[in-house]
Amino acid sequence: MESATTAGPATTAARDVVLNVEGLRIVLDPSGHDIDDDVSLVIRRGEVLGLVGESASGKTTVATSLLDYQRRGAKIAGGRVEIDGQDVLAMSPAALRGIRGGAISYVPQDSSASLNPALRIGTQLMEILECHGFGASTAEREARLAQMMAEVLLPSDKQFLRRYPHQLSGGQQQRVAIAMAFANRPKVIVLDEPTTALDVTTQAHVLDTVRDLTKSYGVAALYVTHDLAVVSNLADRIAVMYAGRVIESGTRDELFAAGHHPYTRKLLASIPDITGERALRGIPGWAPRPGKRPSGCAFTPRCDWAVDHCREEFPPVEELSPGHRVRCWRSKEVGAQAADLDVHLRDKSLSARETEEKQVISVRDVTAFYQRKEALHGITASLCERRCLALVGESGSGKTTLARCIAGLHPHKIVGDIDFFGKALARDARQRPRATRQAIQYIFQSPYSSLNPRKTIGQILSQPLKVFFQLSHDEMEGRMLKALEQVALDSSLLSRYPDQLSGGERQRVAIARGLAAEPTMLICDEVTSWLDVSVQAAVIELLAALQRDMGLSMLFVTHNLALVRSIAQEVAVMNEGRIVEYGLVDAVLDDPQADYTKKLLSDTPTV
Amino acid sequence: MNDEIIVNDSELVEPPVVHADRRPSEWLMTIREAWHMRRTKIGVAIFAFIVALAVVGPWIAPYSPTQFVAPPYASPAPPKMWLGSDYIGHDVLTRVFYGGRTVILLSLAATLIGLGLGVSLGLITGYARRWIDESIMRILDVVLAFPQIVLALLFVSILGPRLWLIVLMVGISHAPRIARVARAATLEVAQRDFVRAAEAFGVPRWKILFNEIMPSITSPLLVEFGLRLTYSIGLIAALSFLGFGMQPPAADWGLMINENRLGIIIQPWPVVVPVLLIGVLTIGTNLIADGLGRALIGIERDTGVG
Amino acid sequence: MPPLLKLILMRIGLGILTLFLVSIVVFAATQALPGDTAQAILGKEAVNKARYEALRQQLGLNRPMVQQYAGWLGGVVRLDFGNSLVQDEPVTKLLARRVENSFVLVAIAALISIPVSLLLGSLTALRRDTKFDISVSIGSLGLASLPEFVIGIVLMLLFATQLFHWLPATSPVSPVLPISQQLELFILPALTLTLAVAPYITRILRASTIEVLESEYVMMARLKGLPERLVLNRHALPNALAPALQVTALNLAWLAGGVVVVEYLFGFPGIGSALVDSVANRDMPMVQAICLLIASVYVLANLTADILTILVSPRLRTGLR
Repeated sequence: MESATTAGPATTAARDVVLNVEGLRIVLDPSGHDIDDDVSLVIRRGEVLGLVGESASGKTTVATSLLDYQRRGAKIAGGRVEIDGQDVLAMSPAALRGIRGGAISYVPQDSSASLNPALRIGTQLMEILECHGFGASTAEREARLAQMMAEVLLPSDKQFLRRYPHQLSGGQQQRVAIAMAFANRPKVIVLDEPTTALDVTTQAHVLDTVRDLTKSYGVAALYVTHDLAVVSNLADRIAVMYAGRVIESGTRDELFAAGHHPYTRKLLASIPDITGERALRGIPGWAPRPGKRPSGCAFTPRCDWAVDHCREEFPPVEELSPGHRVRCWRSKEVGAQAADLDVHLRDKSLSARETEEKQVISVRDVTAFYQRKEALHGITASLCERRCLALVGESGSGKTTLARCIAGLHPHKIVGDIDFFGKALARDARQRPRATRQAIQYIFQSPYSSLNPRKTIGQILSQPLKVFFQLSHDEMEGRMLKALEQVALDSSLLSRYPDQLSGGERQRVAIARGLAAEPTMLICDEVTSWLDVSVQAAVIELLAALQRDMGLSMLFVTHNLALVRSIAQEVAVMNEGRIVEYGLVDAVLDDPQADYTKKLLSDTPTV
Repeated sequence: MNDEIIVNDSELVEPPVVHADRRPSEWLMTIREAWHMRRTKIGVAIFAFIVALAVVGPWIAPYSPTQFVAPPYASPAPPKMWLGSDYIGHDVLTRVFYGGRTVILLSLAATLIGLGLGVSLGLITGYARRWIDESIMRILDVVLAFPQIVLALLFVSILGPRLWLIVLMVGISHAPRIARVARAATLEVAQRDFVRAAEAFGVPRWKILFNEIMPSITSPLLVEFGLRLTYSIGLIAALSFLGFGMQPPAADWGLMINENRLGIIIQPWPVVVPVLLIGVLTIGTNLIADGLGRALIGIERDTGVG
Repeated sequence: MPPLLKLILMRIGLGILTLFLVSIVVFAATQALPGDTAQAILGKEAVNKARYEALRQQLGLNRPMVQQYAGWLGGVVRLDFGNSLVQDEPVTKLLARRVENSFVLVAIAALISIPVSLLLGSLTALRRDTKFDISVSIGSLGLASLPEFVIGIVLMLLFATQLFHWLPATSPVSPVLPISQQLELFILPALTLTLAVAPYITRILRASTIEVLESEYVMMARLKGLPERLVLNRHALPNALAPALQVTALNLAWLAGGVVVVEYLFGFPGIGSALVDSVANRDMPMVQAICLLIASVYVLANLTADILTILVSPRLRTGLR
């Protein structure tokens, strides 16, 4: 895709190319289906390249390939990976060991699994220095170790180094991994979604650290991620992958201001906008997996610009301007379209509505316990009819606990009152009257866990119908079809099993199951956290439409502040089991009062 | 948080066919997948052959199992006596034909008893409140403290060698082992959100146990069944061998081995043939269990289920 | 109290509780069930009511069950199991030499099977899918299915009676001569036990080693550029240790039960064959003593494995919730 030889004089000639990937091809073993094909990247000294993609894009496999490593089940089938001119893929095993951890290092996605649970972190840190022959003596290595730890803002005293990985927090573990990666002052660093499992605040710190260290040591960094917001603040250049190929690459500004590939533009349109100016627009459909990819452009079925030619042949690399490359037959037309047409102003009428409606849920001074500790302290909140209240907070803030208490799914001690239309709710859902159970429906976070894999979609949808209504067989089928229609799913899915559906479709089925009960209120517990950005946007679109059209009351739990304006009218910001700020969405987000809210706003990455 | 990336980006997995035609239920798929493996086919062939031998045997046997056809330990003399005579003068071939039924029937019975008990206990302890779980598991630990054959012998010592007793005791000794597997599977399933969803609907606990949880644990239990059947055959044959199963003059493979041990040097056949048959049978059942086990791993990996 | 000590004491306590419950089961099975001991001893003569009652009196079977149990347990703790009903001599005296014999037998079998299965288990995991791995896997799958007496008889046929005549077909270890002079008699039974248990253990170990080798942290170690030897020894090995320990305990525990059939088959005078004889003769005190002994070995082996696992896993050692 990018070629080192045609870098124009006006751009980054001053910096040398450190990493040059050409025509990288990775296939499944033994079927031979390609995961990645014809991937070419160039990264210069001190430059951060963001490799962006969603599920099945192949970006994760590219990451480890740069160190000539693949897990069981995949193998590198072609291409070159050159670091300072030397092809990594052609090296002898001894030479390869020399550069791994030395000239090129890797920061994994989940350090809780990548750090050896049986070894102290001091040992694991020291060994990367030892095996690359750093320093002439132990004292020198220890000094370097202290320096490494200071750079990532971790202590380096003996006590701390004697800890085992499980005795560190997630953020600390990730910093240890970063320290190890920078230890030998590598030329290239590959970061594989290192902040995915972290809280927004911790993520912000980690990103700062990465940025600082990359710049000070002039390291070429490849940052693999699905989160465009994160990458927009960190990367100098961006390469977008779809179905195993790089479909567009260029500087950050080039892509964000005027992307020339339909997928790039759509992806940008699906990023949650914290300012609330732009409505979320998702991309229908899903990305094809290895083995299912067509011979033409893989994005065709989901593309607004597709023509017949797209189906037949995959477009070649086109260089629009030095460094800005795209693979699309209609790139010029796509690029020419003004950015404004992609922006649909959000319907703001909802948040301005006066609160005359009844209170659906009223929470008064509720304290909830979890194994003798308080998970919620004295919470007071309310949800009105036809409104959506967002519960926002990081993990451990108590937002899910509160949602579960309201839903009757918190089987521990609860002190305080939770009322539903004025009547007290039993703590356990099973003890509630059927009408109440029917009126409050809960949508779970993980689409992989909330549907019984041994049941068909039809059987899953029929469960609430059987519990809450007395229906004939035909009536039941009618209602199931209606529920599917409401979530824009095809009726043929009734006989399929969950594993035959994509993540986004499964989540829609979960929503349909909730709707089938004909509820008054929906509780959505982080329902999009496990979905791709583009799929998330589509689901949020759906939920917002449902809430509006059906007059549902909704409780929307999320950790992503940026989503709030796209769906809610009121927001409660939670921290450590308390509500720190509570009010109308526009008021809270435009003019936050609480320190925590301000911090959360500043830490949330935005485009 | 966005673990779809981790889960779906397991790009190394051959993806399932999305939106294809209907596909069968999981355990049917497991069986079908296992059938594709050579080892399973061999196992099934062996098992079928020996079961057929045991079932059909009595009809094609040349003599009656208690008939005296020759002096003791007479060497084979085809076509009259293909395998010679045993320690007392019966026809070995006839006794071989008659001797498989009890082993197979008793083993199946013991395995089913163990499975029934073990699965029920596993489901209950996996889904019930903590104290019920703990107390039942403690009791099962006590049963587990005895090697299976020792437990059977303990009760035989006081109640005598009765067939129903050894079937019961072998079954009971299987129960805790199966319960452990069932419990682990149940625990894993019980924490999934679709169970939570059913609870939120207000579905009663026992219904959840049957409709939501149990179908999800059938596959590992299928494998356990094969494994336990293998051990049952070994244990029941061993108990007969020790003299606590079928009593003379009944024809039983385990008993035959013991009866004819002393004459092994001059007339090995009444020992060798039953030994081979039992050995081959257990290999057959274990091959089936192993095939199912592998198929299960493969299917769970592909469908992301399990 | 440090969490580690607390954890270990809890485990030990649990073990003692289990043993206690085991003793209740043994007692209940042999003295509390209908068809009691006195009837078993008298057999047909139990019809004679007078003799029956007298024997019951003599054996103390008239006392309430709890009292009987307490008395019995008191004896057990002092290693006094009463007298054998068949030979009218103290059980402990009769079993002494047999325990010794079985101990040596199991020790030999363990000394061979444990290293062999550890070695094969890890090698097949390291050389996965090679011809070596496939052949060992097939072999162990086959052997693991077979009941012990089948293995024993096949060995007997091969090495003692039909094919080769290298070894004795039976193992009547004499109580008069020292064991060291009769080791030849131990070979076939020990070999049988080894072949019966090692394959099973090998397969389990192979699976757990593969899990370690495919873990994220081993991948990370390789990506750090560590030499393979270091990856295996420093990163893989410590994590494979815990499963190896548990598997070894399983090994030993199994052997405790496997002796029953094997000793009987070879006429080996150990506690296993003693159990078979005692059961056949309804010799309750002997049955009680042997069952208790075997169960205790089992519980002890598992307890040791539990504690060693805790000591070897940093997560458990630091008392992580």
